[in-house]
Amino acid sequence: MSEPGRKATPPAARRGVAARRAPDDTDRRLINALQGEFPLTESPFADIGAALGLAEAEVIARVQSLLDDRVLTRFGPMFQIERMGGAFCLAAIAVPEARWAQAVEAVNAFPEVAHNYRREHALNMWFVLATETPAGIADCARRIEAATGLAVRLFPKEREYFVEMRLEA
Amino acid sequence: MAQSTDTPAADGAHPDVPGTRADDFAELDRRLVLATQSGLPLQPRPYGVIADELGVDQALVRARLAAMLADGRIRRIGAVPNHYAIGYTANGMSVWDVDDAVIDAVGARVGALDFVTHCYRRPRHLPDWPYNLFAMVHAGSREAALERVAEIATLMAAEFPGACRSSDVLFSAGILKKTGLRIGG
Repeated sequence: MSEPGRKATPPAARRGVAARRAPDDTDRRLINALQGEFPLTESPFADIGAALGLAEAEVIARVQSLLDDRVLTRFGPMFQIERMGGAFCLAAIAVPEARWAQAVEAVNAFPEVAHNYRREHALNMWFVLATETPAGIADCARRIEAATGLAVRLFPKEREYFVEMRLEA
Repeated sequence: MAQSTDTPAADGAHPDVPGTRADDFAELDRRLVLATQSGLPLQPRPYGVIADELGVDQALVRARLAAMLADGRIRRIGAVPNHYAIGYTANGMSVWDVDDAVIDAVGARVGALDFVTHCYRRPRHLPDWPYNLFAMVHAGSREAALERVAEIATLMAAEFPGACRSSDVLFSAGILKKTGLRIGG
């Protein structure tokens, strides 16, 4: 039996984070279906499977495999922390190349860091902070500055024009 | 979708469950966030597994998740693909220095383009970061992404002449972490 995904693969194992395989055609159909609304029914995997012509056990096994192989980065509810009194904030650091690995480790160690990307610019590390209170953003930024010895630039969202959470596989 | 009894009411009302008036949901909802923020259990009855962990009825778990979807605390329940793995190898964060007087109109227009996945107004960090509009573009190649960024530039020049003073594109060179939010216990 498969354990719940969150227990089978500790979060640290998903850092790093290149996919280990390409999804096949069935995986792609499943990924597209799982980017719609996941059913709030008693047996949601069976319901997803019925729509795709897959058995419940195959749906579950494929989702586990796609998570293990990092084709999927997450599976579950996407919380909008701002609606729960918290805050998200985009942030960036200009990391000297010689200190890159150390900075990645230090920044990723913060649980408030939800995503972290390398980008091609003098500001080469871009990450999203998620905190339980708006005041937590500035506090977390100060702690990241202390841990890395590097200045953190904050880019809070002033207006949201559009967010699409789906990409066709 | 299954029969109507299989889908909990979006308002989360559960007259049959004692002690679950709206006032009582805050703590349960917080425990639900903690129980699901790292993912749903990959089990035939995932909401039942969560309900057992929390010591509540699974219909209540489904009703609270439906309520959180309805009021926007949950954007969506489902999968987040590694966009590299599904062919979107070029992820360009296009950034634009747009006249404050028209940025909301420009942002709404750019955000409506079908290849723009996120679009926000953010503060400048002068002098070295003059950009206040961020529009994320995903594509199968860097060339395709740059073509799309060029489309944005063309649109701005045509519809908002002179509004954009400069721009840049920051391509992703790798995902370093992607876990979603984690609140503490």
